[in-house]
Amino acid sequence: MSTTQGQAPQPGTETSPAGEPTRWHRMFREITTGSAIISVLAVVLALVVGAVMIAFTNKDVQASAGYFFSRPGDTLVEIWNSVAGAYSALFQGSIYNFRRPSFADGIKPLTQTLTFATPLIMAGLGVALGFRAGMFNIGGRGQMLIAAALGGWVGFAVDLPYGLHMVVALVVGILGGALWGGIVGLLKARTGAHEVITTIMLNYVAFYLISYLLRDGFLKTPGSNNPKSPATKVTAVFPDLLGPSYTLHFGFILAIAATIFTWWLLSRSNLGFQFRAVGFNPNAARVAGISVQRMYVYAMMLSGGLVGLAGINQVLGTSTSGFGAGLDSSIGFDAITVALLGRSKPWGVFWAGILFGAFKAGGFSMQAAEGVPIDIVLVVQSLIVLFIAAPPLVRAIFRLPVPGAARRTTQPNVSQEVAAK
Amino acid sequence: MKLELRGITKKFGALVANDHINLTVEAGEIHALLGENGAGKSTLMNVLYGLYRAEEGEILLDDVVQHFAGPGDAMAAGIGMVHQHFMLIPVFTVAENVMLGHEDTRSGGRLDLVAARKRVREISERFGFDVDPDALVEDLPVGVQQRVEIIKAVSRDAKVLVFDEPTAVLTPQETDELMVIMRQLKEAGTSIVFITHKLREVRAVADRITVIRLGAVVGEASPTASNVELATMMVGRAVDLTVDKDPAVPGDAALSVRNLSVLNARGQVLVNNVSFDVHNGEILAIAGVQGNGQTELTEALMGLQPRVSGEITLDGKSLRGHSVRQVLEAGVGFVPEDRNEDGLVGEFTIAENLMLDRSNDKPFVKMWNVQRALLAKFAVDKVKEFDVRSQGIDTPVGRLSGGNQQKVVLARELSRELRLFVAAQPTRGLDVGSIEFVHERIVATRDAGTPVIVISTELDEVAALADRVMVMYRGRIVGIVPGDTPRAVLGLMMAGEAPAGEGAAA
Amino acid sequence: MSTVAPVVQPATTPAPNGGDFEFVKSWKVTIALTIFTVLGFILLVAFGRDGVSTMRLSTSRDLIQLPDLELPTRVTGIVISVLLLLITGVSAWLVRAKTKAPIWLIAVYAVLLLVGFLAWAAADKSIPVPGLLFGSLSLAVPLIFGALGGVISERAGVVNIAIEGQLLAGAFTSALVASLTNQPLLGLVAAMLAGTLVSMVLASFSIKYFVDQVIVGVVLNVLVIGMTGFLYSQVMAPNAVLLNQPPRFERINIPLLSEIPIIGPVFFRQTLIVYIMYVAVAVVYYGIFHTKWGLRLRSVGEHPQAADTVGINVAATRFWNVSIAGAVVGLGGAYFTLGSVGAFGKEMTAGAGFIALAAVIFGRWDPIRATLAALLFGFASNLQNVLSIIGSPVPSEFMLMLPYLVTIFAVAGLVGQSRGPAASGKPYIKS
Repeated sequence: MSTTQGQAPQPGTETSPAGEPTRWHRMFREITTGSAIISVLAVVLALVVGAVMIAFTNKDVQASAGYFFSRPGDTLVEIWNSVAGAYSALFQGSIYNFRRPSFADGIKPLTQTLTFATPLIMAGLGVALGFRAGMFNIGGRGQMLIAAALGGWVGFAVDLPYGLHMVVALVVGILGGALWGGIVGLLKARTGAHEVITTIMLNYVAFYLISYLLRDGFLKTPGSNNPKSPATKVTAVFPDLLGPSYTLHFGFILAIAATIFTWWLLSRSNLGFQFRAVGFNPNAARVAGISVQRMYVYAMMLSGGLVGLAGINQVLGTSTSGFGAGLDSSIGFDAITVALLGRSKPWGVFWAGILFGAFKAGGFSMQAAEGVPIDIVLVVQSLIVLFIAAPPLVRAIFRLPVPGAARRTTQPNVSQEVAAK
Repeated sequence: MKLELRGITKKFGALVANDHINLTVEAGEIHALLGENGAGKSTLMNVLYGLYRAEEGEILLDDVVQHFAGPGDAMAAGIGMVHQHFMLIPVFTVAENVMLGHEDTRSGGRLDLVAARKRVREISERFGFDVDPDALVEDLPVGVQQRVEIIKAVSRDAKVLVFDEPTAVLTPQETDELMVIMRQLKEAGTSIVFITHKLREVRAVADRITVIRLGAVVGEASPTASNVELATMMVGRAVDLTVDKDPAVPGDAALSVRNLSVLNARGQVLVNNVSFDVHNGEILAIAGVQGNGQTELTEALMGLQPRVSGEITLDGKSLRGHSVRQVLEAGVGFVPEDRNEDGLVGEFTIAENLMLDRSNDKPFVKMWNVQRALLAKFAVDKVKEFDVRSQGIDTPVGRLSGGNQQKVVLARELSRELRLFVAAQPTRGLDVGSIEFVHERIVATRDAGTPVIVISTELDEVAALADRVMVMYRGRIVGIVPGDTPRAVLGLMMAGEAPAGEGAAA
Repeated sequence: MSTVAPVVQPATTPAPNGGDFEFVKSWKVTIALTIFTVLGFILLVAFGRDGVSTMRLSTSRDLIQLPDLELPTRVTGIVISVLLLLITGVSAWLVRAKTKAPIWLIAVYAVLLLVGFLAWAAADKSIPVPGLLFGSLSLAVPLIFGALGGVISERAGVVNIAIEGQLLAGAFTSALVASLTNQPLLGLVAAMLAGTLVSMVLASFSIKYFVDQVIVGVVLNVLVIGMTGFLYSQVMAPNAVLLNQPPRFERINIPLLSEIPIIGPVFFRQTLIVYIMYVAVAVVYYGIFHTKWGLRLRSVGEHPQAADTVGINVAATRFWNVSIAGAVVGLGGAYFTLGSVGAFGKEMTAGAGFIALAAVIFGRWDPIRATLAALLFGFASNLQNVLSIIGSPVPSEFMLMLPYLVTIFAVAGLVGQSRGPAASGKPYIKS
């Protein structure tokens, strides 16, 4: 089952058709056929589908649809109300709330968005790194849990001075994630076990392991029957960035740092060079003296470490009052969609993480204000990724021109003829 | 059945693969389609077989215009094809492969394997094949797999049979047998299209020859034409079929291989107790039909095979059991036989591919950082030196032609300090211009005093380059003979027959 | 991500002309057996428990009552440890003698280890064996349907990570339709349609748009979780009486067969869905390996280009078979609402789809073996239930972890070498 080999989503290959048309023409083609416009249209399409679902299930819409043929206007108004209400709640919950009196208050949702985005970016970078090395890391959940458990334990059980405590907890957490990811890399390198299977299985192993430890192990809060860890000590907690009235914390700086690091790793360092070589063509990499096995292990360790960073970020930054086994709250899976939306490029992942962070922040306020279940956010997110993955579909829906038809079709011919000997 | 192609034009984007090609094959005729790699032969046949849709032109069978939506239609009309890469499912039995697509069933939808087996046996008998209908295809030798392909086509009553480069994987003996089969088919009234670039075979079996070049028909020739005439037509200019090289001045033995054996994961012995030396300043050509252990032998030299026994020493230092990286660092340059699969990362740029096997330290990497400026300068130089035609060093190599891709591989390997140069099938699939270039560089490397191993299945290439020839058959060395050994002798050796004065030249 | 490079179809690898074979010794199995024997010894002997373990072999409703099996715990542990050691020795000896340990020997080993563990865990307690097995089968039913769907889809060359989504979609629609119509059979049909629908999305994205199949699968799971979650909260939960009270299938006792000791109560006092499952396993097996449909299905999954050249429409064959796979998985989804749990709940499939996927790989893409693997996973989960009722000495989390650990071992130890369909996961791109 060699599904993921060479599948690393690669940006940019959509463009540059053969020939040298005028500069303006080329730019026009880039914009209309390139990935940027596709991404925007994919988001629009997904939001439209979401709107349809919101409208159809809205009670007022259903009520007015009952007498649609006598007063169709009512139905349209109700549809508009339901959709506009939901999406403006989404916006006000994620970017800026105009109903608040001051700017300092109104901008709170945006900082909330960034807080939600922080772990998504970190874990998304981890998944993206895996993709670039030709591996599909679905093990975000397990890696986050192990990272949070080990780093979290340092955070609540060890006494260290302010600052140092945080650093140690952080490092231990990252190492925990790297360890859990490294197992996957090692299994793949040594036995050929497919990482999609092993990561999924290790998610469950980690979940039950942490559940046990919370109930009856070293993560248990003494004297409590609640399967929840003690609160992180103040000496290990991330500092607030904008003061105590905002949720945004130091983790966001770490997310930016992680993005820069991943960018450097992938496009400037020789290790990243080797990762990409293995991701594109493991055979050629092996013949060129790159140890493919070792790259699998390193890539999964780094990937797990980045995902682990997301896990420890939750414990030291976002919810410091102790954690349960549900701490990852599907960030591990969301990270996959973030990585796909960001086309596995570090800065792409960064912005995708912020977009999905906004969906999360806004989704909660949409649920509170308009009673639209937050699950709609999952629908919109997954549709975005689906549409982005299939540019021809988006082009067909919006009737955009097809980019250089030359690109795809010449290749089979080349391989046919090259093979013709 | 008479086959006629009229004005077939097939484009892939800007590339015109077939340009108004006309071709007529009379009933009961063996018609050779001769052309270089990349001339458009396979494309034309894929159009005929319904795999590609042509932009212009029509296909006529017995003067009736045909419209093929897919291979199914072509087959129903009586066209059969023996593909160059066999279209057999490895995990199916012979009978299952033969019945696939036109299965007979019994009650309950159960496959009628009894009938399929019977059919395989009937056809085998007719042509004197020895094929077990219940054997798994993956367990069969290549020669037999090709016969399964023929049975497949015959079992569908093909009236026009296309053989696409059928001899590439056969020994000279098997090739002769194939010729006999082709004549047998012809006797039975089948029209045959024989696609090849090997002049000798064309002259041996064809009734008529059509030569195509760069996607267009350049003319017809008769089988009595000489090699030089045919080659000139095929390439479009006078070709020198030999390589200019001075006699070798061999030095001391540099690479020494003793009792080398290679096993695969299933325990099959692929290379069997092989011993030989390669001297400084000589080219040792390893000849043999594809699949007789040459590939595994080179992989063992490179550290790419896990189950190796015996000894390999280069300049007195052992190489066995070393990692690929260590072997490369010991000064071994390697051109793998499948450059797309093993030699290049298609999505990487020319520059990135040029540093592919030096991604660990100097000169291209310092303190974990890729030295991009240095690499760019190096790439620009090498692109010029090796005449790589591209839009710049940032072009992904996947977009280059085969010849230019191979030049990138050569540029990479030959720009290191080499103590041994191993080139496997260095000109496979290249046009004549690139072949000449590659051969010149290989000879230049030898003249610089480096020991060179060339692995080739093409006798022409072996004859052009070799100072000594080592022939392999079933994983063993049949013999090591001088470079000027007659073809006939080499041909026999490739079929496993040891030459008379064995060991004379080793 | 339309960058999946056109796959240069692998030519039939020329079989090497070499004919000589040498036996490659593999100590993998022996090493694994040694580890388990040591673990078994530690548990059964070093930490051996005293008492009597009772195995109840009959239920009260059985016509033929078998007596309870009473095993002295410590002695049983010792005897079994010795047997385990013997088998490990035999396997080592076989490898030295250059043959492989037969599969039945390993099966015997596994059963012994299991019995030993059961006896150890049930010291001074009694285990209802028919109940244990019955529950295992119940938990395995959706896994089996999921695995069958996975086998069909992967055999056709499309990796089906979306089993989870197909199960969930099936569970949701069957609950909805069966509640509305009060007809469990209609719910079953609706579940098949829902599974098919999810499959068709998977199929069109991977076959028409060449999107990576694993990615589509993962995203589809999220999509279905989101959709069912949204509709559940928005529509179903507020009108639970009308929309989420599906009638359940009645148990049907098959005359005579249901009275066979142990086997009867386990296999033949089941609901219609389970009987459909038996048929489905047989039909899928027969279909894949003995019919024209199966031959073509396998051909497009192994070597699509070869199938194309004999006139088989690869895209259509893949599309329809992936759709069929979805229908089969949908049945498994219906079992959640119409067979076992009753009402639909958010994310009620809880990862069953991934376990089914593991069963596909564990079962090496073979319908029968995948079914057995699914049964094994069902057994492990139910063992945890039973042990937690009788008060197990092992923390329940570790029992729950077991199937996943077993899968990792299996994938790492066995499947590393076994082959799936050659072209599974690869799009077939014609120019």
